[in-house]
Amino acid sequence: MTDYTAVQVVPTAEHINLDRKVPAHGGFNGRLLRIELLRVLRNKRTLIFTVLLPLVFYVAFGVPQSSKWRGTDFDPKAYEMISFALYGALAASCAIGAGVAVERAQGWSRQLRLTPLSGPSYIAVKVITAMITAALPVIIVFVIGASTGASMSTGAWPVSLLLTWIGGSLFASLGLFVGYLVPSENAMQILGPGISLLAFAGGIFYPLAVMSDTMRTVASFTPMWGLSQIARYPMLGGSFDPMWLVSGVVWIGLFFAGAVWRFRRDTSRV
Amino acid sequence: MMTTQQPGATTIPDPQGAPAIELVGLEKRFGSVHAVRGLDLTVAQGEIVAFLGPNGAGKTTTIDMMLGLSMPSAGTARVFGMDPRDAIGRGLVAAVMQSGGLLKDLTVRETVDLTASLFVQTRSVDECLERAGIADIGDRKVQKCSGGQQQRLRFAMALVSDPALVVLDEPTTGMDVTGRRDFWSAIRQDAQRGRTVLFATHYLEEADQYADRIVLVRKGQIVADGTGAQIKAMATGRTVRATMSGLSDRQLAAIPGVDSVELQGDSVSLHSKDSDAVARYLFANTNARDVEITARGLEDAFIALTGDDDQQGA
Repeated sequence: MTDYTAVQVVPTAEHINLDRKVPAHGGFNGRLLRIELLRVLRNKRTLIFTVLLPLVFYVAFGVPQSSKWRGTDFDPKAYEMISFALYGALAASCAIGAGVAVERAQGWSRQLRLTPLSGPSYIAVKVITAMITAALPVIIVFVIGASTGASMSTGAWPVSLLLTWIGGSLFASLGLFVGYLVPSENAMQILGPGISLLAFAGGIFYPLAVMSDTMRTVASFTPMWGLSQIARYPMLGGSFDPMWLVSGVVWIGLFFAGAVWRFRRDTSRV
Repeated sequence: MMTTQQPGATTIPDPQGAPAIELVGLEKRFGSVHAVRGLDLTVAQGEIVAFLGPNGAGKTTTIDMMLGLSMPSAGTARVFGMDPRDAIGRGLVAAVMQSGGLLKDLTVRETVDLTASLFVQTRSVDECLERAGIADIGDRKVQKCSGGQQQRLRFAMALVSDPALVVLDEPTTGMDVTGRRDFWSAIRQDAQRGRTVLFATHYLEEADQYADRIVLVRKGQIVADGTGAQIKAMATGRTVRATMSGLSDRQLAAIPGVDSVELQGDSVSLHSKDSDAVARYLFANTNARDVEITARGLEDAFIALTGDDDQQGA
């Protein structure tokens, strides 16, 4: 071999080990998850949009509601609490979804492919991160709601919390889709106003209960309508409209399909 | 997940005796573009190989197949006798890419720590930061790092799994002189431990200086394979200069191995592909003194061997 006489080489007796093992769980581990969560908690913009904003909205628009809305017999505070908590959860999961696409555009996914981390394990890390991030605003808004007099039946509290959390988390698919469409940090600048608009149209920022019939019909065709109705169902009671579920499944399905479509288009070139 | 296998049919990878890299009849087509055209390459464990070629020669495409990032259209790529994905899963291979592949919102240390968490066998994070020369900026955000610092970080990430093979695509891009020196010194130290290194570079001097072996690629094929000295000689031969008297230029041209002669008084320049034989002849049979053998730079060899003679660059 080459004789590098010009350079002082420190002889290292220990030969490179060739007998290696594949990591358990496809490389999934706590250190990775911890760093992923840390990234979210350090991102001020994400925290403002996903935690602070829903909280401020609830305090500003939900807490002052003292009398019931015309023609309804539920607590408007509880209605607003669930709505804004759902908004926070879906904004959070959207941000994580868009982050996946941004990471891909920046070559991080490719870098990870040079490690033992498996695809399913990467997805698992992201899903868990999205769910934990989405849980944050839900828990905070619900706690503030409970302490400011939002009321519903005892049984409805845990169920609506769960449905708000899960419903919001499903919107990671929207983030992923938009992220693949606009693979840069601009994705969140489109998503921010975009989801606010959808929240208005779908009856989250502007209660369906006080909408005109026309507006309510329009609302029922927008992405957040079905899942928000499901989240409020334990509180509202009455009959369960299967169209809520249909709306949720169709929209979330469309977002996932869109993300997969863009992803495939993207990889076919590589 | 369970598969039934004949006893003995189970292939337990034995990386010990296998070549670090074995490419056989490797081909890659992208639509009508034939990027890699039947490439054969075997790299033994412990070799430091430079992978050289003009842009579009198929270097990166070949590296991608070597790393299991893309599938060959034909032929096979094996790493330590395994499928590249298997070797990567075991942490036997690491790669340093030219750009990208970093999360801007992580600190330097977190990036290496995250990478380390994915492997079963690792070196300590501190050791890798130290060896890459970035121990002092461990808490710095990646986005605040200079291009050279980011490249050192990629190197630290590659070191952390203590890989048996490192593949480097333009490894010292953006590094200053100190950075390059530190980098190659670290690479050489590990070569002593049996680590195989394959690097693509445009710094031809770097290839000449640091590789045991240079593989020249052109239009998806290997056009030359040898030591830096062999490659240089192959393309350009060497020049033997001497001070001597008594021989005419015709007599000089008749010396075995001499291709051409330049004569200026007592100063003689003989061009040859076998300069050793020419020098031996001069010492044995003439009064030549101050004999000097020089090679033309690798740059010239590189251009001569990879030059595009039919404007059909792929």
